[in-house]
Amino acid sequence: MRVGIVGVGVVPFRTVTPEYSWKEIMYEAAQRAYADAGVDPRADVGSFVTCAEDYWEGFGIFDEFTPDQLGAVLRPACTVTGDGIHGLAQAMMQIQAGLADVVVVEAHSKVSDLLTYAGVVHHAFDPIWNKPLGGHPYYVAGLEMDAYLRASRVGEKACAAVVAKNRQNALTNPRAAHGSKVTPEDVLASPPISAPLKDLDVAPLADTSIVLVLAAESRARKLAANPVWIRGVGWSSDSPWLETRSWTTAAYAAMAGKMAYAQAKIRNPAKEVEVAEIDDKFSYKEPQHLEALGLSKKGSTANAISRGDFDIGAKLPVNPSGGSIGCGNVIEASGLHRVAEVVLQLRGEAGQNQVDHPRTGLAASWRGIPTATGAVAVLGVGR
Amino acid sequence: MRKVACIGAGMTLFRRRLQETPKEMCWEAARMALDQAGLEIGDVDAVVFGSAPDAFDGIHMKGENVLDACGGIGRPYVRVFTGGGTGVFSPIAAYWHVASGLFDCVLVVNEEKMSSCQPHPQSVFGHIWDPILDRPLKPNLVWIFAMEMNRYMTVHNVRYEDVAAVAVKNKRNAVGHPCAQLADPHITVEDVMNSEVMAWPVHRLDISPPSDGASALVVCSEEFARTHRIESPVWFAGVGWNIDTTFWTDRDLYFPEYLANAAKIAYKQARITDPRRQIDFAEPYDPFDYKELHHMEGLGLCKKGEAPRLTREGVTQRDGDLPTCPSGGLLGVGNPIAATMGIKVGELYLQLSGQAGQRQIPHEVRTGVTNAWGDLMQFSSVVVMRA
Amino acid sequence: MTAKEVRWPGKELTAKEFYNKVTVTRYRPEAKFAWSAGEAMSRFLAELQRGRLIARSCSSCKRVLFPPRMFCEECFRPTDAWVYVRDTGTIETYSISYIDLDAKRIETPVYVGVVSVDGASPKMGIMHYFGEVAPETIRIGLRVKAEWKPAHEREGSVLDIRYWRPLRRGE
Repeated sequence: MRVGIVGVGVVPFRTVTPEYSWKEIMYEAAQRAYADAGVDPRADVGSFVTCAEDYWEGFGIFDEFTPDQLGAVLRPACTVTGDGIHGLAQAMMQIQAGLADVVVVEAHSKVSDLLTYAGVVHHAFDPIWNKPLGGHPYYVAGLEMDAYLRASRVGEKACAAVVAKNRQNALTNPRAAHGSKVTPEDVLASPPISAPLKDLDVAPLADTSIVLVLAAESRARKLAANPVWIRGVGWSSDSPWLETRSWTTAAYAAMAGKMAYAQAKIRNPAKEVEVAEIDDKFSYKEPQHLEALGLSKKGSTANAISRGDFDIGAKLPVNPSGGSIGCGNVIEASGLHRVAEVVLQLRGEAGQNQVDHPRTGLAASWRGIPTATGAVAVLGVGR
Repeated sequence: MRKVACIGAGMTLFRRRLQETPKEMCWEAARMALDQAGLEIGDVDAVVFGSAPDAFDGIHMKGENVLDACGGIGRPYVRVFTGGGTGVFSPIAAYWHVASGLFDCVLVVNEEKMSSCQPHPQSVFGHIWDPILDRPLKPNLVWIFAMEMNRYMTVHNVRYEDVAAVAVKNKRNAVGHPCAQLADPHITVEDVMNSEVMAWPVHRLDISPPSDGASALVVCSEEFARTHRIESPVWFAGVGWNIDTTFWTDRDLYFPEYLANAAKIAYKQARITDPRRQIDFAEPYDPFDYKELHHMEGLGLCKKGEAPRLTREGVTQRDGDLPTCPSGGLLGVGNPIAATMGIKVGELYLQLSGQAGQRQIPHEVRTGVTNAWGDLMQFSSVVVMRA
Repeated sequence: MTAKEVRWPGKELTAKEFYNKVTVTRYRPEAKFAWSAGEAMSRFLAELQRGRLIARSCSSCKRVLFPPRMFCEECFRPTDAWVYVRDTGTIETYSISYIDLDAKRIETPVYVGVVSVDGASPKMGIMHYFGEVAPETIRIGLRVKAEWKPAHEREGSVLDIRYWRPLRRGE
């Protein structure tokens, strides 16, 4: 059974949102999504899914604090401790399993409430093997960037060009928080974090809440003139051990992509995908994920970047929204944000950042350091 | 809709402190469930993990940290989290993985290592409260149970000895459970009533203990069970879950309406219209003795306020008309939050496939119901299973 | 899991073994938060400092919602107006606690429970302490009143109310 996305609600990204409580920012996104879908959450929605992790929020059991602002009081609702696309997958399966006709997925970042971001990231490291080493957790990104650059022939310059592109794209995206004119030279000259990773290679944090409304095919057709269909979803993990995982390729993305492509019957992703929103929590992650997902040939990615093959006017626009680097790193909401951006592209509602009539789009996420977990959604319009 | 079966279960000992790390506990339970089903990890298409607050194990994103031990490398792997309700919720997530048609065989692993948290696992529960309304009062988790128990007992005029009788029954039932932490064949109602008061009306023996432990289940499609020649699959007949408002001080705590809602959804799917007649036994969530009574009423197994009488009359004993917590429950076997899956959905599977050994209900049982309960007294998950 | 399974995994440790340094690694996470209280709770806290309790009303379901919130969870629409409620109420339930946050026993028990507040919709209240009560006198249904801290000590917290005590004659 096909599942469609019939409603999108995004709170514009900002670095701080002191006027909202976490409940109020979620309510804002929910209202927008329900208005977009034309649904009443109290009457029409069968199930609600929130994507959250306790330590991001500062709560023992964050699930407690989710129902009211989504309209989920005395309704089926749960938390998926994963990226937004993990939540999207659970919602899709609930519909396919016949448990609900309409399911709502929410993911958010209220990371500005967290005073010790690096401390919490570090708390995810293995307690016996890695925590005692201390250090700012982004050293793992430095290690991975180094390994990837050496193995891929993608250089620091290409990574810097990715930053310039995504910051530029974000300038015309009203939802983005970090749009700016940045040149590749600026990136290369920015202070080192953990060599070769530099300050501007890192996506800055932001707050938001994203809500999507999903519906079974028959309901979706009634609710929307042109529903965006979830053609395939994949999610996968490589080893949680820093010591034994693949550093040069994003194996989790390759596996998740394979799963999603199989469902979507996509054989040649580089030809069939027309717009892609790919995780870029660090600059090198964009080319690394593009290669893992079969959207760019290994060995030719650096050239493709310098030719501008992934710009908005080119054949495969990548992160036309500005990505995490341009919009902001919204932690577990990152994947759902990308799905939302692809939905807007496929509907033709992406404003100044609109890609020319795409019919097939892809969103890919990564849960960030220290994980090797990611998820992929292939979306499409039409038959 | 595809039929979905449970075909294997595994669990570790439930103990105050185990030597095993979270990963090792997960692996032990997972291996045992696979062995019981006669499968290897290669037969598994996807993995679901369940666990309660990260702060117990002391690892942010703990689902990510333990995924190798759950067979999650290279597989679709996801963690679901509904507080204390996770023990019965992660099997529901496995159910939708299979029922959706996307997967044929799913491994569910639930784990909790509470002893890692110092100075006491209770400290974690300080962080489950609203930071503005509740936390300044420095609440202890036992408070909410005490307040709910007091409300329930006052509204229905329940005698404390009828509540204590639940603890006695479950700790005695646990004598038959090889993993049990607090089994006691000789415990009496007087023992419970004379144990020290923690937060009145809650006494020490009204409470299940904090524990370390893990449990696992193998869940599969009908076709998978057939092609793998599984001998006694037990079927998911209905699933449901429900959450109430975060503003728990705006609700009348005497009755769990969210549980009644969850049960209604599960019963509709299972075509159960008269639960008391159509359900043969129950594993309601019993972190506290009064919760078994509260949950029996929420599950519609009796009228509101009637559960204490059924307990007094012996109806809920293992050889009674409605055996309740034949596993020994959380009160007897232990309470490693999410890992209680092993004595809730796990016990349904074992009883309905005739593998409960010493704990086997002496008469034939064909339909069982279980629930778990969590968040701030606001969430319940329900599973109905059939032989 | 019966005849087929003989080994139940898990090695139990005594407390003494557990605290042996050879098998334990220690870590204190650096996790500090400062939550934005939001519109509803910010006003609620500001009013507490002034010695008043405030709620929000919903014109659709006609409820007076306490604690206040900017949206009605039943109707899923914005709430409409600020409404002061009274600092008197009724004990809905209570406990007498002999343990602290870390489950350690305490000498003097704490009386704690839920008060439904006069002026809000039925059953709407907050958790708080009770004072000037004894095990024999506290009961569900008891009418109580907030005992405020003096104005200069209040700082915009639920602790600006010291506790709720039984209503006195004439109150």
